Amino acid sequence: MIRNLFVGGILCAIFIGAALISFVWTPFDHATLNIPGRFQTPGGAHLLGTDHFGRDILSLLMVGARTSLAVALVAVGIGMCLGIPLGLWAAARRGSLVDEIIMRGNDLVFAFPSLVIAILITAVFGAGAINAIIAIGIFNIPVFARITRGAALSLWEREFILAARVAGKSAARISVEHILPNVTNLLIVQGTIQFSLGILAEAGLSYVGLGAQPPTPSWGRMLADAQTMVSIAPHMALMPGFAIILTVLGLNLMGDGLRDYLDPRLRVART
Amino acid sequence: MRTAHTLCRMLRYTLKRILSLVISLAVASLVIFTVIEIAPGDPASFMLGINAQPETLAALRTELGLDVTKVERYVTWVTGMLTGDFGTSYTYRTPVTDMVTQRMWVSLPLALYALTLSTLIAFPAGIYAAARRGQAGDIGVMGATQLGVAIPNFWFAMMLVLLFAIKLRWFAAGGFAGWDKGLLAGLHSLTLPAIALALPQAAILARVMRSALLDVLGEDFMRTARAKGLTARQALWRHGLRNAMIPVLTIIGLQFSFLLAGGIIIEQVFYLPGLGRLIFQSISARDLIVVESVTMLLVFAVIFVNFCVDLAYAAVDPRLRARA
Repeated sequence: MIRNLFVGGILCAIFIGAALISFVWTPFDHATLNIPGRFQTPGGAHLLGTDHFGRDILSLLMVGARTSLAVALVAVGIGMCLGIPLGLWAAARRGSLVDEIIMRGNDLVFAFPSLVIAILITAVFGAGAINAIIAIGIFNIPVFARITRGAALSLWEREFILAARVAGKSAARISVEHILPNVTNLLIVQGTIQFSLGILAEAGLSYVGLGAQPPTPSWGRMLADAQTMVSIAPHMALMPGFAIILTVLGLNLMGDGLRDYLDPRLRVART
Repeated sequence: MRTAHTLCRMLRYTLKRILSLVISLAVASLVIFTVIEIAPGDPASFMLGINAQPETLAALRTELGLDVTKVERYVTWVTGMLTGDFGTSYTYRTPVTDMVTQRMWVSLPLALYALTLSTLIAFPAGIYAAARRGQAGDIGVMGATQLGVAIPNFWFAMMLVLLFAIKLRWFAAGGFAGWDKGLLAGLHSLTLPAIALALPQAAILARVMRSALLDVLGEDFMRTARAKGLTARQALWRHGLRNAMIPVLTIIGLQFSFLLAGGIIIEQVFYLPGLGRLIFQSISARDLIVVESVTMLLVFAVIFVNFCVDLAYAAVDPRLRARA
């Protein structure tokens, strides 16, 4: 299980590292066109080859990682910032009208086909990274609200919470001081899973032209560009695809590993 | 007496679910209508271009039903849908119902085809992994499913085109032959899209199948089955599978609605004339009535399938009814 965490951690570190390093250094300038040098296969000076404009694919992938990272990170942030307080509130007022409204609202958002709505939002409000973030972020809210409420409900029955209530602490204070720290592990694990889904969603939206707009490089856009040239330059499609797969795989492995590592019952079973 | 009591509970649960279904659909229609309404761009001006005369514009707005208040338009739209009338497309001037029905003949078979493939792959894989828990076979299958979940389906679709359409020339790279060319020709052109859609779903389903089986294998009745002399394989086939099917069927139900809505991008990759492409074409043509209606239809499909799954689940699991 530690192996999952290790492999996942390395893959994530490569992804985040590439995005951060791209701010100060890339092998070539990702925006420089070099038409005579287009469609170069991987190897040589251009490690991962060049695209139809002769741009270095490795440099584009590094800068594109920034877009994926930013969109997925902010989308998860939106989900956490709104979902966690809603979940805590619903659990604190369990069985009340507030709880019912929050949970039914959650069900409703879950019922929407997320991709269709994301496409609708970006199509109506204009394509771009910001709208993609909002579209992906909205569907993260019920995920975090539900998981927080579920975990918080059982905690509210525990003795240490009863003790806090007897001590006269308000429901809001108990939620922040005692419930939240006890559900953090769960939320971190869910966060990595939503993060990987966010990267897939961003790639999908960019691929259909509704995500980050040119000249901002993004992995989904690189795949869209590659589609018509897949027969003459397959590496243009292969490289961004591998980047997405390895990053999502890394995040999922890390999520699995973290869940096992942070769960004390499983840790006891291991030793 | 007991049966009557159970029936009564089931009825109460069903009524409660129907009520929540109706509320969900009402809110969904309101949300979709509002989002589309605040969209910039007037369909009539878009159709006539920038040099349109004000009188022509006003006449077209009247013809399209755009000159009434928003509330009236919402009511007309919703009551129309209840009677199966989705309005008339702004650009094609044909009933939206006809367009949707026509596109359904691509999207629905595609979703069903993908679901069949996903089940055919996931069942053996999940059973194989559960039966060899912790062994090399299990680790191999689980590794493959991790990879399957991480692959974006549109990228996988491109790789399928590269291999089977461009290199091997077994399939066309895109387009739809049409059902009038025969069932086989139709299925042939949906094969690559269906495989691309099915792969991530199969990976998820195989994981669910495995964990459901592992849960069941630890139950007392499985030990009893072994104690009465059944081999591990016999116990698995006769008692294990049937009991593991409950969570698996739930996921299959949810996957169907996901596949119907999730085909949007795959339809773009393969230029299939389905609902997804209809949405994209209508968005770029500002044909808002089509966008509204197709989105509502997809939302309805998802909510309705979830509703059926809930009912089916309650029918087999008495604990859920008790909570109603």
